[in-house]
Amino acid sequence: MFEIFGIPSQALFGQLLLGLINGSFYALLSLGLAVIFGMLNVINFTHGAQYMMGAFAAYLLLQHAGIGYWPALVIAPLLIGATGVVIERLFLRRLRKLDPLYGLMLTFGLALVIEGLFRNVYGSSGLPYQVPESLEGGRNLGFMFLPNYRAWVIVLSLAVCLATWYGIERTRLGSYLRAATENPVLVRAFGINVPRMVTLTYGFGVALAALAGVMAAPIYNVSPQMGSDLIIVVFAVVVIGGMGSIMGAIVTGFALGVVEGLTKVFFPEASNTVIFVIMAIVLLVRPAGLFGRTG
Amino acid sequence: MERVLDEPVLVRRRNAGRSVGAAFAVMVALLAAAPFVVYPVFLMKALCFALFACAFNLLIGYVGLLSFGHALFFGWASYLTAYAAKAWALPPELAIIVGTATAAVLGIVAGGLAIRRQGIYFAMITLALAQMMYFFALRAKFTGGEDGIQGVPRGRLFGFFDLADKTTMYVFVLVVVLAGFLLIYRIINSPFGEVLKAIRENEQRTISLGYKTERYKLFAFVLSATLSGLAGSLNALVFQLASLTDVHWTMSGDVMLMTLIGGLGTVFGPVVGAFLVVAMQNYLASFGQWVLVIQGAVFVACVLVFRRGIVGEIAAALRVRL
Amino acid sequence: MKFAATLAFAVAALFGTATAQAQDNVVKIGVLTDMSSLYADIGGPGSVAAAKLAVEDFNPAAHGMKVEVVSADHQNKPDIGASIARQWFDVDHVDVIVDVPTSSVALAVSEVAREKNKAFLVSGAASSDLTGPKCSPNTIHWTYDTWMLANGTGKAVVKTGGDTWFFLTSDYAFGHALERDTAAVVKANGGKVLGHALHPINTSDFSSFLLQAQASKAKIIGLANAGGDTINAIKQGAEFGITKGGQHFAGLLVFISDVNALGLNTAQGLVLTSTWYWDMTDANRAFTKRWQVSLPGKFPTMVQAGVYSSVIHYLKAVAALKSAEDGRAVVAKMKEIPTDDPLFGKGVVRADGRKIHNAYLFEVKKPEESKYPGDDFKLRATIPADEAFRPLKDGGCPLVGG
Repeated sequence: MFEIFGIPSQALFGQLLLGLINGSFYALLSLGLAVIFGMLNVINFTHGAQYMMGAFAAYLLLQHAGIGYWPALVIAPLLIGATGVVIERLFLRRLRKLDPLYGLMLTFGLALVIEGLFRNVYGSSGLPYQVPESLEGGRNLGFMFLPNYRAWVIVLSLAVCLATWYGIERTRLGSYLRAATENPVLVRAFGINVPRMVTLTYGFGVALAALAGVMAAPIYNVSPQMGSDLIIVVFAVVVIGGMGSIMGAIVTGFALGVVEGLTKVFFPEASNTVIFVIMAIVLLVRPAGLFGRTG
Repeated sequence: MERVLDEPVLVRRRNAGRSVGAAFAVMVALLAAAPFVVYPVFLMKALCFALFACAFNLLIGYVGLLSFGHALFFGWASYLTAYAAKAWALPPELAIIVGTATAAVLGIVAGGLAIRRQGIYFAMITLALAQMMYFFALRAKFTGGEDGIQGVPRGRLFGFFDLADKTTMYVFVLVVVLAGFLLIYRIINSPFGEVLKAIRENEQRTISLGYKTERYKLFAFVLSATLSGLAGSLNALVFQLASLTDVHWTMSGDVMLMTLIGGLGTVFGPVVGAFLVVAMQNYLASFGQWVLVIQGAVFVACVLVFRRGIVGEIAAALRVRL
Repeated sequence: MKFAATLAFAVAALFGTATAQAQDNVVKIGVLTDMSSLYADIGGPGSVAAAKLAVEDFNPAAHGMKVEVVSADHQNKPDIGASIARQWFDVDHVDVIVDVPTSSVALAVSEVAREKNKAFLVSGAASSDLTGPKCSPNTIHWTYDTWMLANGTGKAVVKTGGDTWFFLTSDYAFGHALERDTAAVVKANGGKVLGHALHPINTSDFSSFLLQAQASKAKIIGLANAGGDTINAIKQGAEFGITKGGQHFAGLLVFISDVNALGLNTAQGLVLTSTWYWDMTDANRAFTKRWQVSLPGKFPTMVQAGVYSSVIHYLKAVAALKSAEDGRAVVAKMKEIPTDDPLFGKGVVRADGRKIHNAYLFEVKKPEESKYPGDDFKLRATIPADEAFRPLKDGGCPLVGG
């Protein structure tokens, strides 16, 4: 047992690890936002609601179909991603030619509708979702007791983030995507169905949010308002990282989780606000964000 | 690209003054008669929000900046007014000044940061700053955390008018809100307002004409924040309570909805929108969370098919400016 | 058109309420409670059902009275609670508000009731300030309070060796009052408080607070919170190996609904203080059976029982005065006549508005000890009425002469 700046190392490492777990969620969600923004130029305010829907999908699959955590990890994102496709087709497509602020207002409205519906049906006190049996328990790391499930969250989130990054930045499909963002008309001329690509991209971003929701279900209770406060923090993460950069979103997400964890040790009063303070500082120094291109 | 700031109707200028004047007369008459028929506390709430929405509209409707964090100014002014009236026992007029000044200062800081970016970024930054100050309000001692500041005395205005009296309070709120409304109207029709509209239409060109647009934007932001603060201060005295609800992001969403329903960039739209939304929240409250669903649905409907808002549509139909 | 319809509806609603004048020989009881959030199982629909049963048992027709029960959801927000109360008193002619299971809301409603001179019977809220510095001639605090919980659970835990404490405190009036009152009891009995962590109401992730509690090495982690927050803290505590590490939770405010949500397996051995338990007397069991008609499968909490008891006593006072108009007079009458009802037995209402009755120290049974659903508690001690609540002179209530 030793101390760092008068803080027992146990508390320090423990909070850092918890920060990394929170960071996993920030990274997954800001990644989804960045993917959607890159293609559609829309800030998806519904993202928090879609994260919540992912958690509810897992809960409902278990309650009504007896489908457990592992299959839900795949099924829930597919289902919620499909609802995303519908939203894009029905609503977002009509706003393509308008000021992107309309997209923000529309998705905000949708988020209210979804949250309200779930609150009507399920109340707002939250529903329990058990940790899958194979990940129950935990191990003593010496400085803290780490529940197995939380370790799994970090690993899975990291894997999904890196896979997404690879898919977009290093594969042929990804290159079409990036090209379509730059010059949709030209890409179309090559015979690629750009509108469908847009739809699928939105669906994919939504699926990422839903996946985060399923992962969150055993940790936090499943509740209708679980997404709405989180999403604002994620917005700040995205502003800090600079939008449109995939790697930027991932790195910033994890890093800010850790920073938040550190704050909980040294200055707990500020732990809720530290991300916003960092955002303000970044804006002063680098208005385009840490990884953003200026302009 | 159709823009949020889209001018709803283009009309011949000479009609403008007359139609606005007539509509203003109707509005004042209605508001003067209303407390005889309608629950006055409801009216006062709606009036406070009408001023709030007008201040918000000054920014989005005339400069084209969508702030997603206006609850920051409304809520913090409300806290400071409540605190000044309760803990320092200041008379209401001074308490309101304290609250409004707080909002102005916050407006300078938040505005200074936010106008460094445009469009969507501006919206997200204001939202994040407001959320930061929400957490601050949650933690700070003087705000009472989850309890809020309760039992705020209304006191005597200028040491003479007893605001505990329902009628006096109503008249006071009405006078302040109308004054704020006229001030905003005056601003948007001043040379300053013309520059703001020019920025909204084409910022680059306005810069090339030699205007320091950043300064204009900041000044408009601070004005909007200050007037939002005035609304928040009044609200704290009406309800004798300042609470976290006033600084929460849902409040920023509410004011956006009010302005959108009424009509972005219209003079009377925010007032109509505020009355509608407050009425909806009040009288549908027994339906619980359905209020949220309805509000969201109205949002979606407005954005998809109804971008001019109620007053915008009426103005278009009558071919006048409202 | 959608908007024309909305507009027409809004206008109709405006005029509707303005013209809806209630006939004033009706006594209107407003159950203001949490219908959908973390205290919904403690009060909520169960409180509304209890109020209705009380009216039924009082039999208003026999007294030549008409009684109506209305209800609303305050969402645990003081501003919403206060504005509903104001509107109820001003427009809807409600005479008395009951329940209000959130201290911050209860304090706000108490202010409104005083201003409008109506009656307010608190059952769900806990802050002992309601009969202390913030007492009011229009308010009676019925079922329990933070002082009584602290005194019951705090004392019992310290005496059995739990002498170092770390608090997880809900960051509002109730949590602060509960921590303050418990810390005082712990210190008075020779224990030590090592620290605390404040968390916002309705927190989903307790991990970092639990880690702080773990690092403090306190023997007892005192949960100065309620409902869903208590449940989450205990559950996640199990996940992070708190109890395996030799630390114990002391739930300062645990209701039977919380125990059922946790399951006996997790909750077993918890010590808690309560003023009412459904399985204690035949009268309680009979009440429970009738109550379960509206809420099948659930068990009434002391808050819901308190709503029943307070409504009965209120109606008695109104019958004696033959009017509910003057809230202060009704409350004075309630203090004057002794209380007597099937659930809480005989008791009194003190000058500061505190209702006095026995309190009980319970322990949550092990799963194998529980014979039937709801068979959750075993009685460890009875705290007699004159010791259960804060002495009148210590509260600092301005109503108490001196």
